[in-house]
Amino acid sequence: MTTTRIDAASSRNRFKWSDIRTGLLAFLAVATTLFPFLWMALTSFKPNNELYSTKANPLSIRSPTVEHYIDLFSNTDFASWMTNSLIVALCATLISIFAATLAGYALARLKFPGANILGWGIFVTYLIPQTLLFLPLVSTASSINRGFLRGFNELFGTNIKLLNSLFGLIVIYPTFLIPFSTWLLIGFFRSIPFDLEECAMIDGARRITSFWRITLPLALPGVLSVAIFSFTLSWNEYLYALVFISSPETKTIPIGITSELIRGDDFFWGQLMAGALLGSVPVALVYSFFVDQFVSGMTAGAVKG
Amino acid sequence: MAVETETNIAHPLPKYKGSRFDFLERESVLGTLFILPAILIILIFIAYPFFYGLWLSVTDTTIMKQGEFIGLQNFSKLLDDSGFWLTVRNSFEYTGVTTIFKFVFGIAIAVLLNQKFRFQRLARASILLPWIIPTVLSTIAWRWMYDAQFSVFNWFLEQISIQGPIWLGDGHWPMISLMIVNIWRGTPFYAISFLAGMQTIDPTYYEAAQIDGAGWWRQFLSVTLPLLQPIILVVLLLSIILTFADFQITWVLTQGGPIGKTHLFATLAYQTGMTGTKIGEGAAISLFLFPALCALVFFIIRTLRQED
Repeated sequence: MTTTRIDAASSRNRFKWSDIRTGLLAFLAVATTLFPFLWMALTSFKPNNELYSTKANPLSIRSPTVEHYIDLFSNTDFASWMTNSLIVALCATLISIFAATLAGYALARLKFPGANILGWGIFVTYLIPQTLLFLPLVSTASSINRGFLRGFNELFGTNIKLLNSLFGLIVIYPTFLIPFSTWLLIGFFRSIPFDLEECAMIDGARRITSFWRITLPLALPGVLSVAIFSFTLSWNEYLYALVFISSPETKTIPIGITSELIRGDDFFWGQLMAGALLGSVPVALVYSFFVDQFVSGMTAGAVKG
Repeated sequence: MAVETETNIAHPLPKYKGSRFDFLERESVLGTLFILPAILIILIFIAYPFFYGLWLSVTDTTIMKQGEFIGLQNFSKLLDDSGFWLTVRNSFEYTGVTTIFKFVFGIAIAVLLNQKFRFQRLARASILLPWIIPTVLSTIAWRWMYDAQFSVFNWFLEQISIQGPIWLGDGHWPMISLMIVNIWRGTPFYAISFLAGMQTIDPTYYEAAQIDGAGWWRQFLSVTLPLLQPIILVVLLLSIILTFADFQITWVLTQGGPIGKTHLFATLAYQTGMTGTKIGEGAAISLFLFPALCALVFFIIRTLRQED
């Protein structure tokens, strides 16, 4: 009895001291993490004469201005870049959810020839970085353009192309979204008891109905995780957009900002930082609403594959 | 929602026997149909380009002309090129150094965030931000902070009378600058994954260790680390692959310069294949990522299978 009380008292003291230490260290970690964003914001509100002055204290703004933001919308295609990014990210996400949900369910629940090998195959493609594929992918896209799509367009009077078009990105992005989405969803489907479906099927429901009405609704948290991850990854993608898109009005946020706001050696820092800040807002919003899904989805991905 | 499902189970009819969709009840048919969209996309846009890349690497293809088979000339040319060997060295240094730092910082932050303190959730949410925000956009901010004339770091250093370096120009500083950004960008992934792993550890292990007289450090070494091992392994391997193949940070900060001192495989491949229009040679450069990648994939799959 006595020992416990002493232990409790001493641990309370220790707790206070270690609390301060923990708080300080956590503050340091968070400050280091956030400083570049703070700096981004500060820069974007500074007038040029303060930006390019070696004398002024860089941490303060004497006369804050929104001129860089106005410039961004009136003198560049920034609004189109935002729209393009949004279109590409949303469409690529929808395609990936569709393909990955079906594939994930099949690999988690159904027995069919080659299931095992296909499962590992999808996992391996998850590990192939874009860097290894981008050069042949551009060649592949341009030969599909010259071959199949030319015939298709002549036949139907359309103008569909893979290079320098949002359609191209929408088709390409699922390649890096589907593998990890499938992997994540396999885990989710496996965690849902099969008994539920079995009961329904014994009662006469079709296999496909039991998937649609019973298992899929229960897997919705997983689908949500996949959706927010896919959206974020598509929004942030750089290399494929860089090699696929060339005209300014078709660019997405990351390449628009890095290529159109830097001319040779001229960096328009005010606009660059304003654009970087605004371009981060959509993912930051998604993130702030779904922090927990991000964390759990990320670790499910890491732990399970 | 729940009520709706219940009613459905309670009234599952009409019966399906004899319908023309009967073939869908066979798992082999339904499974194949379900996996088809994913497999098609992967075959057309991953598998085919991959093998096409193998072919490109043994041709002299450029953006203007269809190439011809030239055997291993691209590879032998690269192996004779000191610029290429510099890139090899850079890639290994970049991956090795940053991985060590990310691991140590990641574990430290995870331990920190695993304690209860005020604003713990807020701290956790902020720590993950560099990993969420588009890398290119945050790297642009870093480029501004590294600016030769207006670097904010150098302003801080000046306040304590130290002359800061030209971050993206002087000696080893360009590579160090890249590494700093990579560590800043990559640590959150380590920290949050490790944190999630730590939260699944059964507290009775620590109680038992305390009864045995183990101090904090001993508990960390004998309980935390061994139980985190599977997560550590997967996180390390995923991160090593991505770091080894990194493109964005280098491309935005230095484009491989000055004089190739910060080129990684990806940036050299881009410069050779896209800017320099020599697609065949560029494809050969990216293929050097492949042996390392294979080793890692093999290793991951073996470990995961053992766990199963």
